[in-house]
Amino acid sequence: MSDPITQAGTPAPRPGDDKPRPGMSERSIGLLGDRKKARLDELARAGVDQGGVSLVRDAVRRLRRNPVAIVGAVIVGLFVLMAIFAPLIAPHDAVQRFDELTKNLTVDTIPGASGDFPLGSDPLGRDFLSRMIYGARQTLFVGVLATLIGLALGVLIGAIAGAFGGWVDVVLMRLTDVMLALPSLLLAITLVAMASRSSQWTVIFAVAIVSVPIFARLLRGSMLAQRESDHVLAARALGVKERNIVLRHMLPNSLTAVIVQATLTFAVAILDAAALSFLGLGDPDINRAEWGLMLGVDGQRYFEVRPELAYYPALAIIVVALGFTLLGEAMREAIDPKNRR
Amino acid sequence: MLRVIVRRLLQLVVTLIALSALIFIWLRNLPGGPVEALLGERATPERRALLTKALGYDQPILVQYGKFMQRVVTGDFGNSIRTGDPVTEVISRAFPATIELALAAMIIAVGLGVPLGYLAARWRGRSLDNLTIAGTLLGISIPIFFLGYLLKDVFTQNIHWFPPSGRLTTGLDNTNVTGFFVLDGLLTREFDASADALWHLILPAITLATIPLAVIVRITRASVLDVLNEDYVRTAEAKGLRHRTIRGRHILRNALLPVVTTIGLQTGALLSGAVLTEKVYNWGGIGTLITDSISGGRDYPVLQAIILLAALIFVVVNLLVDLSYAFIDPRVRVR
Amino acid sequence: MSLLDVRDLSVVFQRRGEQPFTAVDKVSFTVEPGQTVGLVGESGCGKSVTSLAIMGLLPKRGNKVSGEVLFEGTDLLKLRPDDMRDRRGREISMIFQDPLSSLNPVIPIGVQVAEVLERHQGRDRRQALREARDLLDAVGIPDPQRRLSEYPHQISGGMRQRALIAIALACKPRLLIADEPTTALDVTIQAQILTLLKQLVDDTGTALVMITHDLGVVAGLCDTVNVLYGGRVVERARRHELFAHARHPYTHGLLSSVPRLDSPRGERLHAIRGSVSDNIPWAVGCAFAPRCDNVVDACLEGPPPLEPTATGGDLRCNNPVSEEVAVL
Repeated sequence: MSDPITQAGTPAPRPGDDKPRPGMSERSIGLLGDRKKARLDELARAGVDQGGVSLVRDAVRRLRRNPVAIVGAVIVGLFVLMAIFAPLIAPHDAVQRFDELTKNLTVDTIPGASGDFPLGSDPLGRDFLSRMIYGARQTLFVGVLATLIGLALGVLIGAIAGAFGGWVDVVLMRLTDVMLALPSLLLAITLVAMASRSSQWTVIFAVAIVSVPIFARLLRGSMLAQRESDHVLAARALGVKERNIVLRHMLPNSLTAVIVQATLTFAVAILDAAALSFLGLGDPDINRAEWGLMLGVDGQRYFEVRPELAYYPALAIIVVALGFTLLGEAMREAIDPKNRR
Repeated sequence: MLRVIVRRLLQLVVTLIALSALIFIWLRNLPGGPVEALLGERATPERRALLTKALGYDQPILVQYGKFMQRVVTGDFGNSIRTGDPVTEVISRAFPATIELALAAMIIAVGLGVPLGYLAARWRGRSLDNLTIAGTLLGISIPIFFLGYLLKDVFTQNIHWFPPSGRLTTGLDNTNVTGFFVLDGLLTREFDASADALWHLILPAITLATIPLAVIVRITRASVLDVLNEDYVRTAEAKGLRHRTIRGRHILRNALLPVVTTIGLQTGALLSGAVLTEKVYNWGGIGTLITDSISGGRDYPVLQAIILLAALIFVVVNLLVDLSYAFIDPRVRVR
Repeated sequence: MSLLDVRDLSVVFQRRGEQPFTAVDKVSFTVEPGQTVGLVGESGCGKSVTSLAIMGLLPKRGNKVSGEVLFEGTDLLKLRPDDMRDRRGREISMIFQDPLSSLNPVIPIGVQVAEVLERHQGRDRRQALREARDLLDAVGIPDPQRRLSEYPHQISGGMRQRALIAIALACKPRLLIADEPTTALDVTIQAQILTLLKQLVDDTGTALVMITHDLGVVAGLCDTVNVLYGGRVVERARRHELFAHARHPYTHGLLSSVPRLDSPRGERLHAIRGSVSDNIPWAVGCAFAPRCDNVVDACLEGPPPLEPTATGGDLRCNNPVSEEVAVL
């Protein structure tokens, strides 16, 4: 579904300039190849240019003045709070089936709002409001875990490729090319379909794998850009061990771009998880309260009967995805040297 | 030029071979692979062994892959487990429907996205711009299958503007020439069928167009903003050229270069989105085929072929985009 | 009547949430038909903004232009945008600093020249291209027929600037504004382009406003020179007068910072202290005061007025450089 790279800003080869300069080779047809790659490398470089604390401090200062960032941060903050304090906020348990609700369930009626149950019932006679609130927790869980797994694997591959270069780089990047060649959701579908039984973990894993090549490319590009940079050369000249150069000098500088990407990936992860549920490839646990699952399974099945079952989880997903996207875009804008004043 | 194309095609072949090998090996090694999918979990070991042998799964994996590739080269992907029909036939039946849908979506996305992006850039910071940006953010944050249901609910249940599902009204017959129903109707002069097909096409196409539309608007806007600051636009103004000429020849012509690339990359989003959209509107294409191949027991031969096909389409479209770039932008050096 | 009569032209940039910034402050000067007039100053002195204001090419938003720009008696600032569009490229043309970025990279040179003729002279494409070839020939581009179908990145920097000159002069305008036309070029090419410009304006009788920071350019080309500092004219004089008796300390500083072949060996080049960022607002005093060697108390007690000099020029200074010390 949504592909984080294609959502990125312009991969604009700046018109009106034919002076030889770094990046020029990307314009020639031989390497024009995958524009995704070029864009990722460009983003990776953006985080490197100035590096260090001043960059971060500078970016944070810009973020705090940017209303888009503030809106995004507030949404994300509220979402996380809701997830953490779900048991305190929710009026009922998320999996308990209430007799006063189940007795009114028929084939084509699901009870709506009533005194104790402000949002009414779900198809199994559970309190819909409580499930929505607990849903924040599961959604956060799926999103965070998928993002973290993708990030960890991607960073590992990218760091190895970027740190060693040479044939290691070639082999690993070929691997990510193969993964990038498949549309993201299709790749996720394939992965889930290939696991014999779906579970929450197959969903998390499938959604995570999709983002691996993106993180890998991003980190590798950033590492390669740094290999020749002055502070790395200086460290090397001082006799710092190669391992320490990579861990202490290169990796921290590359992480800014990765963190931004992770924020954007989170939005895509929960959207993709919802899509998998919709396709019947989601978590089969009927007790699990997760927005994507609620929207993709019950929301779809009972859309004619009680569309609210789709509306509320959809609204929640949209708002949260929007929050993460706004925050991520604002962060990217803040670290982009082009926007520095 | 030719050498570039050949090299890119070779890269493409390598990518596809690697992909097919990965998928193939993975499939064969999963617990409850195709045999269990066919026989169910409770089949006796004897029956399993029999089928395993019959399908050739008892041979070494490399031999299996070699045989598989041998057949693939001749266009034989085996038979669908679910229906028993040859995979190539199953896929080629569903393929035109998806292409028709994807093309329609792309036309909407480009036709609407480029002007909107241009206007947003020209009126930067005004309400039209803010509204457009808000719209694109919403577009990439909404689960598109939900949007599909929403549109379907409004336009087919509340106001009956469009039909809820399918590609043609049942009972209406059309002659199948290309498999693109709108085109077929025109070719065979069955204009009522053509109109009916178009009528069925609109809602799914809008749904599928959402994400590419949002992305194209954003790229166009950003790109036009870049170009507006270019010196050659100022030169064009200094020449006293008409607004129309400046817009078309000097601004859009340059601003659209990155947009062309985006269109290539959006093929991926379209293929992914088609799976969801087709399910919402019961559109009998590749997306529906994927869904069916998964839910009715895993139909691995079909899935495998579709995945390879999707990768092939994505890679080929991007190759074409890159090549077309060489013609649009004289600065791209052909090596 | 002067060809161009700029009267009290001011441009104030005003961005939301920021202090308004006066880039051009009541600048007045005239250009007679066929004359070459220089606008000289460091970057940031307002010379480019002045030219863009005359051309009506400033961004539509974020600035306020006041004063009068009389072109043959018509105030260009009061024209409807479409009427101004009709004059640009036909009666007034402009060439810019960077010839590479000033040409559209994806359109053949020929079309870029021809489109002015199509627009203003009503030529069709074929006819316009034929004339474009002659124009390219006239500005000294070899093999013009082939250049018509080439793209900007395929020709050299000097050639690009020649092409831009051809575009600007295509409709035989009465006024040409050249904004640092040689700055982005190699030194060897600079002289060629200046010679070409001089020859072309002499041949066609086009008046030229030359915007530059390079006094060498002024020395070879301009009849009258306006020196701008901090958005105001600080000195105006005929060329020879200026080079012989620069009165304003800023002009004087500029002149003595130019290396000369006949200066005594071992003499150090003069440099003006500080930079434009040291300027004080004109409302407080002379903007140049913090960098000035001749500064007196009066300089900080309000803006000095622009007053006529004995030699027919104008000067804005409380304590001008005495004539004996003049460099030439």
